[in-house]
Amino acid sequence: MEVCNCIEPQWPADELLMKYQYISDFFIAIAYFSIPLELIYFVKKSAVFPYRWVLVQFGAFIVLCGATHLINLWTFTTHSRTVALVMTTAKVMTAVVSCATALMLVHIIPDLLSVKTRELFLKNKAAELDREMGLIRTQEETGRHVRMLTHEIRSTLDRHTILKTTLVELGRTLALEECALWMPTRTGLELQLSYTLRQQHPVEYTVPIQLPVINQVFGTSRAMKISPNSPVARLRPVSGKYMLGEVVAVRVPLLHLSNFQINDWPELSTKRYALMVLMLPSDSARQWHVHELELVEVVADQVAVALSHAAILEESMRARDLLMEQNVALDLARREAETAIRARNDFLAVMNHEMRTPMHAIIALSSLLQETELTPEQRLMVETILKSSNLLATLMNDVLDLSRLEDGSLQLELGTFNLHTLFREVLNLIKPIAVVKKLPITLNLAPDLPEFVVGDEKRLMQIILNIVGNAVKFSKQGSISVTALVTKSDTRAADFFVVPTGSHFYLRVKVKDSGAGINPQDIPKIFTKFAQTQSLATRSSGGSGLGLAISKRFVNLMEGNIWIESDGLGKGCTAIFDVKLGISDRLKESKQSGIPKVPAIPRHANFTGLKVLVMDENGVSRMVTKGLLVHLGCEVTMVSSNEECLRVVSHEHKVVFMDVCLPGVENYQIAIRIHEKFTKLRHQRPLLVALSGNTDKSTKEKCMSFGLDGVLLKPVSLDNMRDVLSDLLERRVLYEGM
Amino acid sequence: MDALITQLQRQFRDYTISLYQQGFLDDQFTELKKLQDDGSPDFVAEVLTLFFEDCVKLISNMARALDQTTGNVDYSKVGASVHQLKGSSSSVGAKRVKALCVSFKDYCDTQNFEGCVRCLQQVDIEYKTLKTKLQDLFNLEKQIIQAGGRVPQVDIN
Repeated sequence: MEVCNCIEPQWPADELLMKYQYISDFFIAIAYFSIPLELIYFVKKSAVFPYRWVLVQFGAFIVLCGATHLINLWTFTTHSRTVALVMTTAKVMTAVVSCATALMLVHIIPDLLSVKTRELFLKNKAAELDREMGLIRTQEETGRHVRMLTHEIRSTLDRHTILKTTLVELGRTLALEECALWMPTRTGLELQLSYTLRQQHPVEYTVPIQLPVINQVFGTSRAMKISPNSPVARLRPVSGKYMLGEVVAVRVPLLHLSNFQINDWPELSTKRYALMVLMLPSDSARQWHVHELELVEVVADQVAVALSHAAILEESMRARDLLMEQNVALDLARREAETAIRARNDFLAVMNHEMRTPMHAIIALSSLLQETELTPEQRLMVETILKSSNLLATLMNDVLDLSRLEDGSLQLELGTFNLHTLFREVLNLIKPIAVVKKLPITLNLAPDLPEFVVGDEKRLMQIILNIVGNAVKFSKQGSISVTALVTKSDTRAADFFVVPTGSHFYLRVKVKDSGAGINPQDIPKIFTKFAQTQSLATRSSGGSGLGLAISKRFVNLMEGNIWIESDGLGKGCTAIFDVKLGISDRLKESKQSGIPKVPAIPRHANFTGLKVLVMDENGVSRMVTKGLLVHLGCEVTMVSSNEECLRVVSHEHKVVFMDVCLPGVENYQIAIRIHEKFTKLRHQRPLLVALSGNTDKSTKEKCMSFGLDGVLLKPVSLDNMRDVLSDLLERRVLYEGM
Repeated sequence: MDALITQLQRQFRDYTISLYQQGFLDDQFTELKKLQDDGSPDFVAEVLTLFFEDCVKLISNMARALDQTTGNVDYSKVGASVHQLKGSSSSVGAKRVKALCVSFKDYCDTQNFEGCVRCLQQVDIEYKTLKTKLQDLFNLEKQIIQAGGRVPQVDIN
């Protein structure tokens, strides 16, 4: 502190020194004033400074110091008391503030220091986080690569594409130098280099599967680092220059369809593996990171799955192709078969005609020749010719018949015939031969056997002839008996039920002979074509083995059954067959009976005494019809209404002519009523014929549906009526060819 | 005498043929003639008499049914009578009458009053004409028989 020195100094006040002090003080003051200004300015700029109060203090301290120094400028010279006062005040304030500041700083400086420490700490933390973020980003990218890889791998079902894509993507993702896939060979004893990344055409080169390094890799599902010098990793010719990059190998399970049992998971022990080898670029200091290894493992699994899908697809495609081929082949075969059948049918149709014509010519002419004058030798020759041609004709017919039967194209020709007469005729045909062989034939017809039946007369005769003929052929001695009866519930086979329906019945014919008999074992073979029992005795009787086969087929067509019973060789046998026939409720015509084959009625037949009933509402046409019938000799009763007709009709009338010209069905009802009247006496019912204005199909159908036996077109001419009557009485039905 | 018979026979033949050619008769009439024999010598005459009586009856039925003064025309009745007439005419071989009946039936079905009336009139005319002509034919026959000759069989075609 400077004292107001009014006293003369010790030494004379050096003007120069005074001047220097003066200037220094001045500058100090300026400095002291500007520092707080700067502080304020910069603090104002940064808004975050926490210690404002300290700054204010500091500022005050500095300002005061500056003020002190400034006031000091006036104290160099003599000064007044005011100046001294101001100076003192300034100094006092400065002192207070600076002490306060000093005290304050004691608190503040440690804080400030710790701030610095924290700052350092945070910087370190930030650096660490940056590092970790970098790591995470890498991992995420790797994950993205895996997803993309998987997507690529799974987006195709073609095996090669899958594997190629895997290698390519892996190579890209991991920046590999080389990537290779070794697949097991068929034998399973070696691994073959199948795919590589860089080399376009890998050398076909194998490595035995039992290498320890390979076993090691196959033993774990993880990716393993292997030595770059192992055989699987040596894919390129090694030139000693560079250091090989690290190599990792991982197994890829190959799943086969057979591995998947139902409800089973694949057995691990029977798996086959492929080996994937990945090589980092040589001469780089790269190492395999954990996340990269994980990536590789994941990819290997995905590849396995994708491969199995591809395998399944291939399998199913192959199966489908195979099926299509088979389909085509079958189609072809079918068409060929159809062509063959058609060709055969055409052939048969032609042969049928072509063969029979010459045959008939031969037979006819030979018979004629027989009638002429011949020498004994010539006669013998002609007889032989006749016999052979007959045999040939029979054979041809049999073969043709059988083919048609097999086709199913044969249809029965139904007609009404006399059953009793049929049997008698068959017997008459066989008798000559039987007499020669001294085999008496007896015929027993059951008393309830219907006389007139509906069926295929010709074929039934063929069957009976065949069976009886066989009986005669194969018997050397003894007798033959033919029995015919109506069979009811006595059935032989459990699966064949005889149900006599209203207008049908089953005819059973038993032909018993006392001939050679048949071995029970041979019985099933009898009905097969061309098979014959081997006994020598029968060999000589000739004939093909077709007869029984044909008979069996005819019997089947007639909804029947045929079988043979035999007690064994030498004990004779019985042939039995059942066939279904229709019952015909035809009245016995006294003039018709006794004629075995009904010949055509001569044109001028006499219908004398034939009682007929004519029903017609129209008087004129009634009279005309009556006149017609009377002219033919019938006894005509006339009625003019349905009721009258029903009242008058009786069993004495053989035919009822009814006019149905009026539209509607009233006239037809009469037919039904007549049927009803005669249900009990079916065979006495008169024939019903409609006289109509038209005979188109619908009329015919209508008539048939109402139970009429025929339709005639009005007006009827005399000849027409004559023909119609004779047809009607013979056949009891008149619907064809009008 | 013989010349007369021959002349009559020729007349008969020509007349018969003309009847066929003019469409008054058809084959059914021929059939009818066939039915005439010793057992029924007047068969044809009987049938024709019956036919003409039928005509009269049916025509009067139809006229009554077509009479509008009694209310609406019952075409079903008319149709029934026409049907009967058609049947009768076809039984005797009255060709023209039958043809008329066919068209009459059509008019009936379509309920054409004018058509029906017209047909009725025509039928009336036709059957009377036919009756006259057949009467003449029978007279010729009688004359031939009275002259001692035989009625010839006329072969149409």
